[in-house]
Amino acid sequence: MPGSTTSATATRVLRQLRRDRRTVAMLLMIPTGLLTLVRYAFDARPEVFQRVGLPLIGVFPLVSMFLVASIAMLRERRSGTLERLMSLPTTKLGLVAGYATAFAAVAVAQTGVVLSMGVVLLDLEVAGPMWLAVIVAVANALLGMALGLLLSAFAHTEFQAIQFMPAFLLPQFLLCGLLVDRHAMARPLEVISAVLPLTFAYDALRWVADRGGVSNEVLVDLAVTAIMALGALAAGALTLKRRSP
Amino acid sequence: MSRDVSSPAVTLSGVSVRRGGRLVLQDLSLSVPSGVIVGLIGPSGCGKTTLMRTMIGLQANVAGIVDVLDLPAGVAARQGEVGYMTQDPSVYGDLTVGENLSYFAALLNLGPERVSEVMGSVSLADMSDAVVADLSGGQRARVSLAVALLADPPLLVLDEPTVGLDPALRTELWAEFARLAATGTTVVVSSHVMDEASRCDQLILMRDGRVLATGSPTELIARTGSVDVEEAFLRLVADRGDT
Repeated sequence: MPGSTTSATATRVLRQLRRDRRTVAMLLMIPTGLLTLVRYAFDARPEVFQRVGLPLIGVFPLVSMFLVASIAMLRERRSGTLERLMSLPTTKLGLVAGYATAFAAVAVAQTGVVLSMGVVLLDLEVAGPMWLAVIVAVANALLGMALGLLLSAFAHTEFQAIQFMPAFLLPQFLLCGLLVDRHAMARPLEVISAVLPLTFAYDALRWVADRGGVSNEVLVDLAVTAIMALGALAAGALTLKRRSP
Repeated sequence: MSRDVSSPAVTLSGVSVRRGGRLVLQDLSLSVPSGVIVGLIGPSGCGKTTLMRTMIGLQANVAGIVDVLDLPAGVAARQGEVGYMTQDPSVYGDLTVGENLSYFAALLNLGPERVSEVMGSVSLADMSDAVVADLSGGQRARVSLAVALLADPPLLVLDEPTVGLDPALRTELWAEFARLAATGTTVVVSSHVMDEASRCDQLILMRDGRVLATGSPTELIARTGSVDVEEAFLRLVADRGDT
């Protein structure tokens, strides 16, 4: 019954989030605040904000969902609820899909709010279709969630789980092209950056920011981002074990 | 549900479990009859939880044969045929009682009627909207028990379900177990409190990963010439030491 597992789990995760109003507020307000910070930090060079603004909006869900998912899954493991779920007629994939559905919904809300704020209040210019930016952001959210889920299996404490963020997300952020042109990097780093998921997401967002319409190029970037996110989700599902020592 | 109730609910033969290089269960062979309350009694650390996890199919590194409801361990549980309650209440603290039960009910394809029915049977009928984190330890344990009861499974495996409950509630729960056993449910209950042993139909006395003895409380007391289960346990330990 993978269908019932997925929908029930998505509902349950959203209910848990809804009860934690402060986290919801932070998920929506912190990215908006950071975007505002970038806008005015580069007050004298508005072209910088125009260049990094949209890619940044796409990165926020990656970070937020990574953190929320790794802590949520760690709690499931430690409170025994995961063990209980594993003893019930559930499917691992259905469980992960339930989490993904809930977090994708949150990512849509988050990106919607931040993007609107950016465009309306901060004069961010977006040439391409907005829905494309939202799709990339959702793919990033799923990627972040999947990585969080995957890595939480290797964390024994919350402290460790949080440390995985700078270890696994920051390098992608540094290498995706946002801070430095990838072609200007040392050759090995350029090669590595070419296979990191965030690089594809960044390319897609840059394209949406600069150009209108939909091209094959952007669709390929989008597809690669989505496939990598789904791959990480499947790997995350594999870390859920029915039997444990 | 077409199982023959005269066949045992759980059969273990030659079961050993290794955890971190240590043998936690050593060559266990036993059978749990259907439709009775079976007490798994022994000091903490003797392997009760590991034995229960083995029955549910959650324990890794199991050697030997484990049959639960005529199926290999884990299969029956995954069909919703086994209700399992862990020692710590495995429910979501940030959800209400009702939300917790609705979630697990949805996973088991059960409707809201069953949820309110079960809440009534563990005396939580008026607590549906209470957030679990705000409840007392005993109330939380009952939410966890309610989840185990949801599917009305033929086998219940309850790990120390009465720890920290007030005596009135404990008596109430044991009455509920007796009622369930009377309707054909097999109830496996672990406890390190010897006085709870007398409420069981059958006992499995455990120590250091081994079974000391099995039988009904009166049988064990008579066999060892003791006055109660606690003394019987001590005599069995002493006998084992002689051999």
